[in-house]
Amino acid sequence: MGNDLRSAIRPSLVILLLFTVLTGLAYPALLTGIAQFVFPAQANGSLVRRGNTVVGSELIGQGFASARYFHGRPSAAGKGYDATASGGSNLGPAAQGLVDRVKVDLKTVRADGLTGPVPADMVTASASGLDPDVSPETAYAQVARVAGARHLAVGVVRAIVDAAIAEPLAGVLGERRVNVLLLNRALDAAANNRQAGPAGAQPAA
Amino acid sequence: MTFNGWLLVAVVAALVVAMARPMGAWLFALYDGRALPGGAVERGVYRLAGIDPGEEMGWRRYAVHVLLFSFAGVLLTYAWLRLQGALPLNPLGDKALDPHLAMNTAISFVTNTNWQSYSGESTMSNLIQMGALTVHNFLSAATGVAVAFAVVRGFARREAGGLGNFWADLTRVTLYLLLPASIVYALVLVAGGVPQTFAGSVVATTLEGAKQTLVLGPVASQEAIKMFGTNGGGFFNANSAHPFENPSAWTNLLQMLSIFAIGAGLAHMFGRAVGDRRQGWAIFGAMFILFVVGAGLAYWAESSGNPNLHGLGIPGGNMEGKEVRFGIAASSLFAAITTDASCGAVNAMHDSFTALGGLVPLFNIQLGEIIFGGVGSGLYGFLTYCVLSVFVAGLMVGRSPEYVGKKIEGREVKLAVLAIAVLPLLILSLTGLAAVLPAGLAGLNNKGPHGFSEILYAFTSVVGNNGSAFAGLTASTPFYDGLLAVGMWFGRFFVIIPVLAIAGSLAAKRQVPAGPGSFPTTGPLWVGLLIGIIVIVGGLTFLPSLALGPIADHLAMVSGKLF
Repeated sequence: MGNDLRSAIRPSLVILLLFTVLTGLAYPALLTGIAQFVFPAQANGSLVRRGNTVVGSELIGQGFASARYFHGRPSAAGKGYDATASGGSNLGPAAQGLVDRVKVDLKTVRADGLTGPVPADMVTASASGLDPDVSPETAYAQVARVAGARHLAVGVVRAIVDAAIAEPLAGVLGERRVNVLLLNRALDAAANNRQAGPAGAQPAA
Repeated sequence: MTFNGWLLVAVVAALVVAMARPMGAWLFALYDGRALPGGAVERGVYRLAGIDPGEEMGWRRYAVHVLLFSFAGVLLTYAWLRLQGALPLNPLGDKALDPHLAMNTAISFVTNTNWQSYSGESTMSNLIQMGALTVHNFLSAATGVAVAFAVVRGFARREAGGLGNFWADLTRVTLYLLLPASIVYALVLVAGGVPQTFAGSVVATTLEGAKQTLVLGPVASQEAIKMFGTNGGGFFNANSAHPFENPSAWTNLLQMLSIFAIGAGLAHMFGRAVGDRRQGWAIFGAMFILFVVGAGLAYWAESSGNPNLHGLGIPGGNMEGKEVRFGIAASSLFAAITTDASCGAVNAMHDSFTALGGLVPLFNIQLGEIIFGGVGSGLYGFLTYCVLSVFVAGLMVGRSPEYVGKKIEGREVKLAVLAIAVLPLLILSLTGLAAVLPAGLAGLNNKGPHGFSEILYAFTSVVGNNGSAFAGLTASTPFYDGLLAVGMWFGRFFVIIPVLAIAGSLAAKRQVPAGPGSFPTTGPLWVGLLIGIIVIVGGLTFLPSLALGPIADHLAMVSGKLF
């Protein structure tokens, strides 16, 4: 036993040290080098810019409160869409807190004029609190409000949603979804084009 | 439930079958000690560390070396975490961890558990994520596979004193399997949107003019080995639910498959090692059936949804704690896979699953994570059930208990029972303790039976070295950090030691040719027996605790009783 123990000391220390350098420093450094060279956009967070300003990441949901924008799902990350504090509500299925929270959100949704069944993702908190997507149903449910706030025809806004729907990969892998940030950007772009008027119309960005 | 949902389950199942053989061949080459390209690096490691790769270790020496190496890893990681504030590559200025959290985290990563009492994005600097944590994603995984190699040698060798060399196994698994696979895998993840940078964060100005701080870092390099080595410790608090860790449906598919890759390969490798591939496929078959049944149940429960929300005019499945891009099918499937194996990464919050949907991952861990299982630990855990099953078969039909040509005797059966009994002993006593002490109840996020489930899940997860959580539980207290660390350490090594002892005892035995009195350990009868023993022995022990937790929770949920 004593001999077994003594013989383990040197390999334990040297292997720990060697592999700390190899897998803890060299490996991530090598990958960072390659990734920054080959996939710079993704490696730096798939950022979305307007001019020189970063307006967010394509992958990270952000909070929208204005009636002029489509809203994402309820978020339990910090005070809502706090990307330094990801996480879900962790409320169980029979939690009073869950039912109370959903009832509050339901009031808002109903106030926007939605009748009939409410899409499940619209009033439930996501796992990360940073879900960038909503279901197409949740987006359609907000069309009337957004169109009203922007004085746009419902059909125009609806067409923007239609164009923003991402289909499952190869028709089967994944869910139909709408990226809320990209949808709202498309909405802003469409509104700008209209303001520019027929004479100065510019192609959509 | 949708057609696409079931199709996903079917596709994943088919790919797991397809992976087993190539992964098994790769692992067999490592097991067998074949010379591989890159041998110069391997030899350099041996020279520096003073290792003779040809030295055969008996089970005691193998176990002592595993233990000392792991203990040294804990000390080093503890030092890293306590010194964090003074170290570079810390763009967000993260401070040193409290002693209890540092101790818990060090044991957690060294035991391949990756339980996280902290939120990665606000606690760990880039240097710590790489130099302290990613390292053990590799080394704890390699240790698991090495121990599995040693155990398989016990079954495969005849009248031998040694089980191979721990350092050679560890080095070869890291250099020829984990590292190259992780490099390729991580790059694919980057292509899919996972960040890989040394920058700390970017501040965005949102469309509505608010500020949003986006935390970045070397995520992909950690993510790859986190899944492939069934570690499961996320860079971010939300783990694989975080869009930066798991951006899309296809990265999610890849993550699920990579959890099972080594476990499925090891089952196949076992067959090759003992000279009868059907033995490997029998193990694979039992694992596969348990996997599909669990995944199906979870998918059904989550699709059925929450009656408390149905009553409010929100029909359909349970989306609380799930991401839209994964939906219900991929979230349920991921939950089943991550707990079949000892991964513990999550792409949805298990705490918010329906009561029965949450029971599936809990039960999977309680079975011992032997459904493909943790890298290495899945196979050696499963083999203890094989030992027990031939013993039970012997009692039932009067056959002589033999397994792959080795006579199974009292010593092996006792050790197997010991390895299996460690789980319920630790899980139930620690859960009981936390459920009655004020310090245990202080951390709960939910009341009623679901609160009990949070405690039960936590101790089940750490003793099983899984690492997933009913994450509402606030565990970053000295009480929980301490008890959970105890669970992780003993849950890991009190299985490894008896299992290595079984291997040592078997290696010394002669080969007994199968005769008319031998119980066949291939074919459907054997697979059925194995599944029966696993569910009855592994699962029944926990039934009373499940009745108090998820089953009571389910009854409350369907009757509209809120807590």
